[in-house]
Amino acid sequence: MKNLSSWGRLSRQPHTCIALHDRKGVADQLEQFRPGICYGMGRSYGDVCLNSAGISWQTRGLDRLIEFDADTGVLVCESGALLKEIQDLMVPRGWMLPVTPGTQLITVGGAIANDVHGKNHHVHGTFGEHVQELVLQRTDGQRLRCSSAENADMFRATIAGMGLTGVILQASLKLRPVGSAWLDTDTQAYQSLPEFFELSQASEADWEHTVSWIDCLSGDTPRGIFLRANHREQAPPDQKSQPSRKKSGLVMPLVPPVSLVNRLSLRPFNAAYYALNKRKEGTGIAHYQPFFYPLDAIGHWNRMYGPRGFYQYQCVVPEDSMHAAIGEMLTAIGRSGQGSFLAVLKTFGRRPAAGLLSFPMPGATLALDFPNQGQKTLSLFTRLDDIVSQAGGRLYAAKDARMPAVMFRSAYPALSEFTNYRDPGISSDMSRRLMGS
Amino acid sequence: MSSPSASKVQRIVIVGATSAIAERCARRWAEQGATHFYLLARSQEKLSAIAADLQVRQPQAEIVTAAGDFVDPAAIQSQVTEIMTQAADIVLIAHGSLPDQQQCQASLSETAEAIQINGISPVLFAEAFATLMSQANRGTLAVIGSVAGDRGRKSNYVYGAAKGLVTRYVQGLQHRTAGSGFKVVLVKPGPTDTPMTAHLKQDGAALASVEDVADDIVKGIAKGKPVIYTPSKWALIMMIIRHLPRFIFNRMDI
Repeated sequence: MKNLSSWGRLSRQPHTCIALHDRKGVADQLEQFRPGICYGMGRSYGDVCLNSAGISWQTRGLDRLIEFDADTGVLVCESGALLKEIQDLMVPRGWMLPVTPGTQLITVGGAIANDVHGKNHHVHGTFGEHVQELVLQRTDGQRLRCSSAENADMFRATIAGMGLTGVILQASLKLRPVGSAWLDTDTQAYQSLPEFFELSQASEADWEHTVSWIDCLSGDTPRGIFLRANHREQAPPDQKSQPSRKKSGLVMPLVPPVSLVNRLSLRPFNAAYYALNKRKEGTGIAHYQPFFYPLDAIGHWNRMYGPRGFYQYQCVVPEDSMHAAIGEMLTAIGRSGQGSFLAVLKTFGRRPAAGLLSFPMPGATLALDFPNQGQKTLSLFTRLDDIVSQAGGRLYAAKDARMPAVMFRSAYPALSEFTNYRDPGISSDMSRRLMGS
Repeated sequence: MSSPSASKVQRIVIVGATSAIAERCARRWAEQGATHFYLLARSQEKLSAIAADLQVRQPQAEIVTAAGDFVDPAAIQSQVTEIMTQAADIVLIAHGSLPDQQQCQASLSETAEAIQINGISPVLFAEAFATLMSQANRGTLAVIGSVAGDRGRKSNYVYGAAKGLVTRYVQGLQHRTAGSGFKVVLVKPGPTDTPMTAHLKQDGAALASVEDVADDIVKGIAKGKPVIYTPSKWALIMMIIRHLPRFIFNRMDI
């Protein structure tokens, strides 16, 4: 038994860890050790990857690349391969994953099971939209090839399926061509929500990547920093185009006894962050790694929230109610005095969902980290839940460790259909919490 | 992309190429621009998956795979002779399996098998390669030993004895070839997170990541370091363990 946590470090429970390392042998391992749930890098925040006191199938050993077609850009790889490995290898050859989240230290299987999104949702949608085919190993020994043409229902259920439809053995990913590893960026400070929404709308047509950091403690007229970027055809002349394999030396070496993000530190942190970035207003050039994955430069950054861990609260609210709902949430957070250093606000585009349980919808998404302060934090979430539900929005399962099952059921209407595709040999802390089994 | 020293490395031979550490080393060499691989292992099926992976990483590479015999000295000799009809820049001998100490104590045949695969077999391969490589007076031969070979401990002394055999053998070979163009490297990994140690991981042991271990090995071989402890902290730990007086050592449960 080994103690496993997810990225939020809210729990540390023993698991029987079964390492998967050979895709031909997985069927036997699943038959022998079940029920379980896949665990890749443990970068989801809540309990989607956990199965306390039960079996954990560790997928990192399934990390072989299988085939790459340099004409079409289709890469076939095992599900435990890291997005970082793919980017490091393919960017110098002029190809890139079309969609990646704020970290590249996650597995392909995890990216599919959570149908992750990035800063370019309005252009490229979610990760699942670029999966052409996957091979799914069910715990009863069946192996299914799934695509939009073959086993299409199972395909739609597996994308964003939280790992509950089977173990993804391999996937075919359509990469996109890029001219260089660099981006042209533009930074704008904003002083109110209407200003944010105007910037978002004005940027959608001409900018592929849009995202903003928002100071969640700045009250009724929230200030923030809006970032937008496009890929550059050519590397700037004075830069090397090769991303460095070297790790940055920065690591959070230990878990401090109390959260470093607290009432005393938060306001100065946020004020300083705003002031520093405001000075950088205007255009610039950035390498894709620090632009897309700024926190990957600090190893174990999740430790800074102390021994009790932290929650991430990420919601999306639909277009017609987003202005009011985001404002209400920021007011509620400001009043509670609890807040987040890393608060992200961005809009999603109007794209059909790739998976039955995909999170994005046309509207605005707000993501905040909160140090775990027990009941006080949970009460704030109840208040935020009300705002999200009334607005017709929903929460992101990959980040969640506490939403009520009733909220999940009403926000994800495809849930009853999804249940038909579940593998009875798979169960997780999250599936038991939100689906009852 | 590749440094000048790395670009000279072209032909890589790996014995026990399906071992997790060897596989990660091969990936690094492929990414550094190695153009020829010869991969020897017991299972052709696993080799094919590894060869496909290397091919994606290095489309120009020519990759030969072969299922081989790891026990019979005559078979080892003829395989090595055939492999070495072309000169190799790096030969890595990486095979082995972690036996259960309790089972070894209960069965002499288990003990014999463990010493065979972890000690005698790698030494026979190394000797066969060394003869041809020292004639060519070039290339680097790296053999994977273990920190377990540094001092016999009750928890795994059969495996330790086999790896100790590898250690003494490599020392002698390094003595024999000192000053020549042919380099010999002994790699001593600490407990590493691989399929071989899956049961240790289940027991909650802290294991080094196989990627980090492979990075250390590839760098150490490029530098021609005679002994590579990886992660490097094991050099210090094992120096202490080797020098502990017996009356203290015998009281330790390790």
